Amino acid sequence: MTAGHAPVIEARGLAGGYGGRAVWSGADFTVAHGEFVAVLGPNGAGKSTLLKMLLGLLPPLAGELRVLGSSPRRGSAHIGYVPQGRNLEAAVAFRGVDLVGLGLDGHRWGFRVPTRPRRELPSSVTEALEAAGASEYARRRIGEMSGGERQRLMLAQALVSKPQLLLLDEPFANLDVRHQSVMAAVVAEVAVEQSLSVVLVAHDINPLRRVVDRVCYVAGGGVAIGTPEEVVTGPVLSRLYGGPVEVLTDSRGRRFVVGLEEETAHPHARSRASVVEGAVR
Amino acid sequence: MSVAARHLLASAGPVSNFSWNLLADLRQMLGYAFMRNAFEAGAMVAVVAGVVGYFVVLRRTAFAAHALSHIGFAGAAGAVAVGVIPLWGLLAFCLTSGAVIGGLGQRLRERDTVIGIVLAFALGLGALFISLYSGSSNEAISILFGEILGVSTGDLSLTLAIGLITLALVAALYRPLLFTSVDEDVAEARRVPVRMVSVVFMMTVALAVAISVQVVGVLLIFGLMVTPAAIAERVCRSPGQAMLVGVAVALGSTWLGLAISWYFAYPVSFFIISISFVVYVAVRVASWAKERAVRAMAVA
Repeated sequence: MTAGHAPVIEARGLAGGYGGRAVWSGADFTVAHGEFVAVLGPNGAGKSTLLKMLLGLLPPLAGELRVLGSSPRRGSAHIGYVPQGRNLEAAVAFRGVDLVGLGLDGHRWGFRVPTRPRRELPSSVTEALEAAGASEYARRRIGEMSGGERQRLMLAQALVSKPQLLLLDEPFANLDVRHQSVMAAVVAEVAVEQSLSVVLVAHDINPLRRVVDRVCYVAGGGVAIGTPEEVVTGPVLSRLYGGPVEVLTDSRGRRFVVGLEEETAHPHARSRASVVEGAVR
Repeated sequence: MSVAARHLLASAGPVSNFSWNLLADLRQMLGYAFMRNAFEAGAMVAVVAGVVGYFVVLRRTAFAAHALSHIGFAGAAGAVAVGVIPLWGLLAFCLTSGAVIGGLGQRLRERDTVIGIVLAFALGLGALFISLYSGSSNEAISILFGEILGVSTGDLSLTLAIGLITLALVAALYRPLLFTSVDEDVAEARRVPVRMVSVVFMMTVALAVAISVQVVGVLLIFGLMVTPAAIAERVCRSPGQAMLVGVAVALGSTWLGLAISWYFAYPVSFFIISISFVVYVAVRVASWAKERAVRAMAVA
């Protein structure tokens, strides 16, 4: 959070959804330059919808949204994006560098005109790979990479256009707990080095505890934003969900969201299981 | 010419006896205009099918390519019924349905259902057109299984022209096509016209299918469009390399198949398809064996 910079994201009375139906509404928040915000909440609460609105892929249903000083517009090189649920199945016969290169100029027609010695990469590709900690294996086949390696490659692809804002949709979904923490640390490091703002959608606050500045909790048709200590609390989440929710903290400071014995206001509650968030794996 | 050539090959038994002087055999083979045309048409089609096939496999649109070829069959049969060259009917039907299929987008679920429904309707039309055509069933057979030995010099220039258009389209679309194939969501966020790329690509596939049908026929089109690309995807590690390998396999199996057919009077398309199939199986077995060896080493 650097002083003297205009906010990266500003939302006033924002409502999000698709097909004309709002999934959440009344969101007021700003994300400052260099800030790391985690977007949390249950499945179907509209977390990805928020990212798509920031990208200009979905229009706001109500209210006002400004990203990097203007209304969100599709195609901005200032935003790096890693969508949800990507496993790079189609790209098994690509090298890492091929995938990252697409982030640089994949939107241009024709071939990349070779202007340099054949094996040399554009410097932005090398830098992005370096920043994401993916240089070492970038010339290997993607088909032979692990989930964590692929995830860092996708981060490199998002970084290659030198963005100011990074939008990551569930980058931890296919990773085990240890790799989740590694990935969170990599993202945080890159964000500090390149003074990036980060909006990261996740299911679980715990791998992000040490790196996030604020949390944006999307649930029950509303949005709450603040520090984890302010937002991931029983009273705030009970209000959001419209039902009794408790937050337990263990000896290491990890938070576990517990409650919702009966499926209350939230239509997409995953199950009747009492632990809805942050289960120990 | 086409019918004469086929009958020459189909009825005369072995066309030539195998001799150990392969060079002399080759010279004799290439002494015939229909063989020269076949080698040339085969080469053009192999290059186009190898390149386009790479993207067909990458985008998981093999079913769409398959459907296009069968829809093309209806077009070709219709053209025969009204007395036009089959290729025109093929092009008309393939291009139209290619545009429609491309418009359906990449999302697999709805796409494949719609393609299947249109495919069934097109095959019904094909059946109707064949019954309307009172001639022999040879024409239908040659559309279904290909007739590379019946390619005329006029067909050659048309094949070359369409082939060059196809390659030019792929070259123009190259990066956005790769991008949308592996990363549709990111490509969309980066303002790539995803739908437009999909439509133009499927029309490119339609062109490639239309000319490939001459060589292997609608039933066997996978042998040129999908098998070589699938082999390449298994052994290569970059898009450029995969396209080269795909083209090499398609070209190799087409030429080798043609050469074998010089000695044995069985359908050329059978030889072409069998060669690429055998290579595919060999590659799978080899990669399985390699994985096993690696695992054994990791254990030991």
